[in-house]
Amino acid sequence: MKVNLRIWRQKGPDAPGAFQDFSGVEVVPEMSFLEMLDEVNRDLEAKGQEPVVFDSDCREGICGSCGAVVDGTAHGPGRQQTLCQLHMRSFQDGDTITVEPWRAAAFPVVRDLMVDRSAFDRIIQAGGYVTARTGSAPDANAVPIGKPEADAAFDAATCIGCGACVAACPNASAMLFVSAKSGHLGLLPQGQPQRYSRAEAMVQTMDGEGFGGCSNHGECEAACPKGIGVSYIARLNRDLLRAASGAASK
Amino acid sequence: MKLDSRAPDGPIETAWDRHRQAIRLVNPANKRKYHVIVVGTGLAGASAAATLAQLGYNVSSFCFQDSPRRAHSIAAQGGINAAKNYQNDGDSVFRLFYDTVKGGDFRAREQNVYRLAQVSVNIIDQCVAQGVPFARDYGGLLANRSFGGALVSRTFYARGQTGQQLLLGAYQALSEQVGAGKVKLHSRTELLDVVLVDGKAKGIITRDLVTGEVKRWAADAVVLATGGYGNVFYLSTNAKGCNVTATWRAYKKGAGFANPCFTQIHPTCIPVMGEHQSKLTLMSESLRNDGRVWVPKQPGDMRRPRDIPEAERDYYLERIYPTFGNLVPRDVASRAAKRMVDEGHSVVAGGAGVYLDFRDAIKRLGHDVVSDRYGNLFDMYERITGDSPYETPMRIYPASHYTMGGLWVDYNLMTSVSGLYAIGEANFSDHGANRLGASALMQGLADGYFVLPYTIGDFLAGEKAGFNDTAHAAFDEAERNVKGQVDRLLGIKGKTSADVFHRRLGKIVWDGCGMARTKESLGKALTEIPALREEFWSDVSVPGTGADLNQSLERAGRVADFLEFAEVLCRDALTREESCGGHFREEHQHPDGEARRDDVNFQHGAVWGYEGEGNAPTRHTEPLDFRYVHPSTRSYK
Ligand SMILES: Cc1cc2nc3c(=O)[nH]c(=O)nc-3n(C[C@H](O)[C@H](O)[C@H](O)COP(=O)(O)OP(=O)(O)OC[C@H]3O[C@@H](n4cnc5c(N)ncnc54)[C@H](O)[C@@H]3O)c2cc1C
Ligand code: FES
Repeated sequence: MKVNLRIWRQKGPDAPGAFQDFSGVEVVPEMSFLEMLDEVNRDLEAKGQEPVVFDSDCREGICGSCGAVVDGTAHGPGRQQTLCQLHMRSFQDGDTITVEPWRAAAFPVVRDLMVDRSAFDRIIQAGGYVTARTGSAPDANAVPIGKPEADAAFDAATCIGCGACVAACPNASAMLFVSAKSGHLGLLPQGQPQRYSRAEAMVQTMDGEGFGGCSNHGECEAACPKGIGVSYIARLNRDLLRAASGAASK
Repeated sequence: MKLDSRAPDGPIETAWDRHRQAIRLVNPANKRKYHVIVVGTGLAGASAAATLAQLGYNVSSFCFQDSPRRAHSIAAQGGINAAKNYQNDGDSVFRLFYDTVKGGDFRAREQNVYRLAQVSVNIIDQCVAQGVPFARDYGGLLANRSFGGALVSRTFYARGQTGQQLLLGAYQALSEQVGAGKVKLHSRTELLDVVLVDGKAKGIITRDLVTGEVKRWAADAVVLATGGYGNVFYLSTNAKGCNVTATWRAYKKGAGFANPCFTQIHPTCIPVMGEHQSKLTLMSESLRNDGRVWVPKQPGDMRRPRDIPEAERDYYLERIYPTFGNLVPRDVASRAAKRMVDEGHSVVAGGAGVYLDFRDAIKRLGHDVVSDRYGNLFDMYERITGDSPYETPMRIYPASHYTMGGLWVDYNLMTSVSGLYAIGEANFSDHGANRLGASALMQGLADGYFVLPYTIGDFLAGEKAGFNDTAHAAFDEAERNVKGQVDRLLGIKGKTSADVFHRRLGKIVWDGCGMARTKESLGKALTEIPALREEFWSDVSVPGTGADLNQSLERAGRVADFLEFAEVLCRDALTREESCGGHFREEHQHPDGEARRDDVNFQHGAVWGYEGEGNAPTRHTEPLDFRYVHPSTRSYK
């Protein structure tokens, strides 16, 4: 089968960008979307032209490197998957596919489909951890954790930090990302001592990085490749309220 | 090359304690005066950088991804071993040690392996304290599963995402130190050379992958945690970016490269389906806990699996290895699959594959239990193949997965270059000729959290702190070489993408030095590789410039190193005239097809030393001594 591509090309964060058209690209249904881009790039390289720049590494939906807006949807059609898990069998012969980078003020374009998501790292650096010096830990079974809490913490912990939630949000908010980390650690006994300070520090950093505020659109949940739900945002908001009222930590 | 293992003598149970007593320490007040470079942010690198910073050292951390959290370790699925004996099934430090030495086919250093088993229990404690959400039972205690090569249940897991959860734990610990200013983080930065000053590693040269800037970094010691070289086969389960560049450049600066031919082919991967394929996807070994491997008894039987009656199926692992059954170690399972396919029993039309069937598990445990254990793996499989493993057996085949070989290190994890350390998959230390499942995560974290942060003190204590002379001639020379290679690649202006060369190299290495090797196949590879390398250097196309972001250049640089490294890999396989672990020489097998080891001539680590451009490398050896686990023929029957 053949598809036509419209791919966003942009030299750098301040350079103007534009779509480049590739028509009649030969594909097979078993190919992944990124393998299709590899093919396009091999052709470009053979012609001495610069390939389309995009991030990818694991190509199995876990590292969070890949991501682009495909036909208006973060990570493309299909629920709960990353761009690298999208296969060409999701398209029809003759389709024209539009591919753009994440668009958010806090994620400046580096080149083409590659964006700078280091703001996510800075949010974690601000408080997204449990302080536990190496070697100081008690026996792992010293604190039993009920399966329901462990499972709920786990569901939040599956976040891959890809940024699709930000790309999908009309406000480019990072609340789902932040709430997933605060949910993961805040649901576990180990995370209790820093629960409220962590929530505050991460949200403060998020605001400082230029992400928008959350106004409950819920687009993030729909775009999340790991299916992380907005209920974690509600939980984070409760923690923030408690922190602000001083009810926590005492 | 001097290869002093520095492994302590005397009773193995107390070796690590005695060693820690004996080595030099850096005074806590002085630690902040030392600067350590840690390259790599996988389990090994992130845990080491975080722990070194906690101890007070200043650390610079590098990775080529946009965030340390994306290191290849993130993709590990199945689990991590530890001798906790929480299941009360007879596990112990000694048993984990024994299983690992035997599983490695008696090609690892006993003292290192024993230490690994000892600290394994601390790893689990540490990770739980960080908030790693391991699987638990309804009583709230930690759950375990079994992995190949063991008769006890000692594997801790976090659904099918153990690597992700462990790495996030280490990444968060690292991030805390970045926030505190103790670690300087350099993402999207690639190491292109190691700098030696007076024979000691005192810095590195990097290229900023966004701006193209080539930069010098000085430090008091350098740690490489840059992962394995499994992508030499092009198709592998490794992330696309995994490469040999860092360890290869270190080798060219004098670090010995040990046992490159010990590569692991993982038995359960989704088979190759076409030319377009860019990587292979692993289906975790944990699936063999409940899945049964089989092929049709009749060669060429292409009926749908459900239409093949029980009597016409060959559950060959259960048949040949009744004791371990579907849980034989990886090398054994992989070769058995290859044998079945070679004899015509493949279940992939025109290709290679065998079945991994969950029908009986679903019958026995119910859909929900199976889905709870393997749901995300089943989804992953269905996404790629379009088939549901709940309804039809998975099709699987072995693929390149892990590399036991790596930079030679002593008991302190120092390479043969003073001040240069290698940890995690980048070193050769603990797995001998074959790694057991769930042991790489254990080793990476053991090295990073519990070994290197202490042993590095022994070296630093003897160094004047604060080396920062990036104007030294050694930096000039290293930078010149790096820039020279970049210019050379850009100047070729050929017609072929580096990716195409990589794929061709992968095929040569897979055919010549894959699951089964012969003198002839290796000889052929050894003539084809230099020819391909020559073609690469005259026809590779690297558009763009070196002065900004250039992914073609990144790929070409890595392929160039693989093209050199592949030759040493094949040479090592050719000289090791025995079969052991992942290294199977067809000339050396028992009549029943099992590997024949040669302990008289090859009970050693083979360590390759660089002798300069155009010269053959020299082969050195580190003899191995087994006092606790007596070398025997590995039998899983
Ligand atoms: C699909 C899959 C599943 C696995 N499952 C399991 C499992 O269940 N249990 C188990 O025990 N093991 C498993 N393994 C093996 C295990 O994941 C790896 O061996 C281990 O994670 C390696 O960790 P590491 O820290 O040594 O290196 P990596 O995680 O590979 O990290 C390498 C780091 O080095 C950096 N780097 C590399 N080169 C350069 C350079 N030139 N310049 C700068 N930075 C560089 C990278 O950016 C990265 O940060 C699995 C492996 C695969 C492929
Ligand atoms: S490349 Fe890792 S999630 Fe897509």
